[in-house]
Amino acid sequence: MRVVLQEAPFDLGAESAAFARGGRDMGAIVTFTGVVRDFPDRSLEAMEIEHYPGMTEAAMTGIAQEATARFSLGDALVIHRYGRLRPGEMIMMVATAAAHRQDAFDGAAFLMDFLKSRAPFWKREITADGAEWVAARETDEDALARW
Amino acid sequence: MNVLYFAWVRERIGVPREDVETSAETVRDLVAELAGREERYALAFSDLDALRVAVDQELADFDAPLVGVREVAFFPPMTGG
Repeated sequence: MRVVLQEAPFDLGAESAAFARGGRDMGAIVTFTGVVRDFPDRSLEAMEIEHYPGMTEAAMTGIAQEATARFSLGDALVIHRYGRLRPGEMIMMVATAAAHRQDAFDGAAFLMDFLKSRAPFWKREITADGAEWVAARETDEDALARW
Repeated sequence: MNVLYFAWVRERIGVPREDVETSAETVRDLVAELAGREERYALAFSDLDALRVAVDQELADFDAPLVGVREVAFFPPMTGG
């Protein structure tokens, strides 16, 4: 299991390839990548991501440990960035390895749902009109209930 | 006690962290104490449903006791991922 919090970009290809070289008894690997999305009706200049140093690393690790135990993952990777990102840049990735695909998919979905609403990150969108904090959606919280 | 603020809570209060001398017994007591101090706190804490709290870097609720606690953080619902 590896959990990384960093400001710098990460290399999705290199990270995915290194992760896939992990274990021989893992028949399924799932990766998910989150990207800064532009909007058709308003031009996004940047997205700023703030976090809570100390608690962020602990929360990411706790979530990854729980996913690993719950879905019998052979390995898990979580990379999350902070700071100022431009549209099209990758914000974060998760990768899960399991013996069978359902656990790998479920493990990745679990990681994403909990990272979204239980890891202390806050996003702010910067447009020509100013800056606005991204509000959490009720569906984010509902997503946790299914686990 | 070290009190931290993040995102728009930080912006409304105007500082990212401060040392607070308090005898508040719970998070809710601490909120009431701060809100009674100055308008900027009252504004930031006007709707507790819109806020989350962490006590010593663990998510908690507003009734959490503060005995022996070193750090309390206030912030809006998280938007990671």
